[in-house]
Amino acid sequence: MDLTYTESEQAFREECRAWLEAHVPRTPLASHNTREGFAQHVAWEHELFDAGWAVVSWPKRFGGREATLIEWLIFEEEYYRAGAPARVTQNGIFLLGPTLFECGSEEQLERILRPMARADFLWAQAWSEPNSGSDLASVRSTARRVEGGWRLSGNKTWCSRGSFSDGIYGLFRTDPDSQRHRGLTYFMIHLDQPGITLRGVDDLDGEEAFAEVFLDDVFVPDADVIGEVNQGWRVAMATTSSERGLSLRSPGRFQATADRLLTLYAERGRPERLRDRVLQSWMDAEAYSLYTYQTVTRMREGGHIGADSSLNKIFWSEMDIATHETAMALLGESAWLAPDAPDATEGWLHDFLFSLAGPIYAGTNEIQRNIVAQRVLELPR
Amino acid sequence: MRAAFTEDQLTLAEAVRTALQAECNAEALRRAWTETHDFWPLLAEQGVLALSAPESLGGMGMGALDWVNVAVEAGKVALPAPLGEHLAIVELLAEAGHGELVEAMTTGEARVSAAFAGDAEKTYAVNHGRGEAVVVLGPAQATLVRQPVYTTQATADQSLQLASVDGDGESLDGDAARAFDRAVLANAAQLLGVAETILDLAVEYAKARRQFGKPIGSFQAVQHHLVDALLKRRFAAPVVHRAAHSLDTDDPRRSVHVSMAKIYAAEAAELACRKSLQVHGAIGYTFEYDLHLYMKRAWALSAAWGSVAWHRDRVAATVLGDSHG
Repeated sequence: MDLTYTESEQAFREECRAWLEAHVPRTPLASHNTREGFAQHVAWEHELFDAGWAVVSWPKRFGGREATLIEWLIFEEEYYRAGAPARVTQNGIFLLGPTLFECGSEEQLERILRPMARADFLWAQAWSEPNSGSDLASVRSTARRVEGGWRLSGNKTWCSRGSFSDGIYGLFRTDPDSQRHRGLTYFMIHLDQPGITLRGVDDLDGEEAFAEVFLDDVFVPDADVIGEVNQGWRVAMATTSSERGLSLRSPGRFQATADRLLTLYAERGRPERLRDRVLQSWMDAEAYSLYTYQTVTRMREGGHIGADSSLNKIFWSEMDIATHETAMALLGESAWLAPDAPDATEGWLHDFLFSLAGPIYAGTNEIQRNIVAQRVLELPR
Repeated sequence: MRAAFTEDQLTLAEAVRTALQAECNAEALRRAWTETHDFWPLLAEQGVLALSAPESLGGMGMGALDWVNVAVEAGKVALPAPLGEHLAIVELLAEAGHGELVEAMTTGEARVSAAFAGDAEKTYAVNHGRGEAVVVLGPAQATLVRQPVYTTQATADQSLQLASVDGDGESLDGDAARAFDRAVLANAAQLLGVAETILDLAVEYAKARRQFGKPIGSFQAVQHHLVDALLKRRFAAPVVHRAAHSLDTDDPRRSVHVSMAKIYAAEAAELACRKSLQVHGAIGYTFEYDLHLYMKRAWALSAAWGSVAWHRDRVAATVLGDSHG
């Protein structure tokens, strides 16, 4: 066990830190869940990519720098420490990207990855349907075989920032006689195709964070199927384990939030009655980081994250809410001031509302607990 | 950065596990209630007592990362002996010039326990039955009480006795703070171990016990109890491991890391008790079933070497006190 950083890891950290200090926008960008803010975030992603920081762990030919998983964690720590903008490419680079690396063709990698990483083409996930949330295997949207491809029909929803994106990915039933997990295929769909209608849905914060997508006989070429036809469930599982596990929520994010909480606690005169809660958030962020370093070490030595990613997801999502609840308690009445009110405090309200989504998205925490019970504890169904 | 144990460290823990699980099962714990059941010779024979002593005194000179999983194994079987205390103090006694005593301790000939010098009026050491000495140890001081006057007192789990310690001590000239942190770490590691046993018992029970025509482990309400306990246990482990690393590397935040280890391990063990008892139902509340042997050890360990609240204060003093003024 060596929890110290090697010289090259340390040098990598310094390089990240120096670049971020010089380039992170001084004034925060508008929310990435608004059209105006989204555009600002896209411009930031271009800058990040052109300097080689957008996808540090990816191969060089796709714009990465072949960083190790440990270096990726270091990058994330520095990124959030620097207060850098939210990643509008995240549903591409952290979900679709890993799926393509796992199951995509060489042609797909060549065509899709660089524009995805540079935010030249923005991807949104389209897992849910109005009647398929936690029960993802019950999807009803269909794909019908035609010359050179498929015709897709149905209704997808909760597509994060779908209103501002260029494409979506999700599962469609390609075998009309199939049940549940069988007979599904993984498609990538361009949103500028005829037959697509998009309806924005505002989130708790009143921002257009979601879109509902209606597909009416939309053509998708064979080239945009990932993996084998009717094997979509297996392909999708490659993505969900990375979504829940490591890549979506790296420890650096929570450590940066915990540090901000400590600052807020000091600014508010260190109220004794909230001390233990502040301390718990700080310690939990440390514990999550230590846990992740062990997971990453195991993965580097050939292990898989597997169902452990569900434990991760439960931990960070519940920690994130507790941290933001504590911040709100520290702020008292002023916590509820609108962001543009004179006495409003930057960010906490927005982040608190967002933290509440954590136990819901990427598979509810109830589903995660079922997965852990069945696959880790091996309890009967 | 490599957040994993070495092969040698894992092999050592495995060997100790095999020996302890063979000799210290629930039946042996029950026997220890009524007759003198001495596990110390087994530990001596396994070389466990020599692990943390300096090589010059017949020890193996191992660090906290080497023995932390041995302490976890002791916790898993609820070993009724002050192994953690032993591992924590031999280095201090060696530093303070008690080489002869240390040599005798590594072979099991001499028995020295340790007691936490906290804010309470009395201090208690896990009794050896016939200990030659006790180290009274706090975060900043250590005294050696030779030929102590013991008042032996039974504890709720009956396999373990505590002794309140009286007698004049000599101040030990060594790094008491480090020894104290080692004692806390050993305590946390045992909590991690016993939490695992308590949870394992509940998982096995939930697979076997049937109600409404099905194993109760198939019900989500039961599953989620067990997952919550697993979650606490899983996230406590790396915190304990980091504390061992910080002891070996003399990290400037060593004491914070050690106190965090205690907090996480104790809370994991206590949650495991609550959830396991609930999942077992009435059978878990009986004296004939094994669960209480391990729960009572978990609660006793949690109370020893500073409570969660005590360690929370220590972390807060550093983390909320200095760097963010």
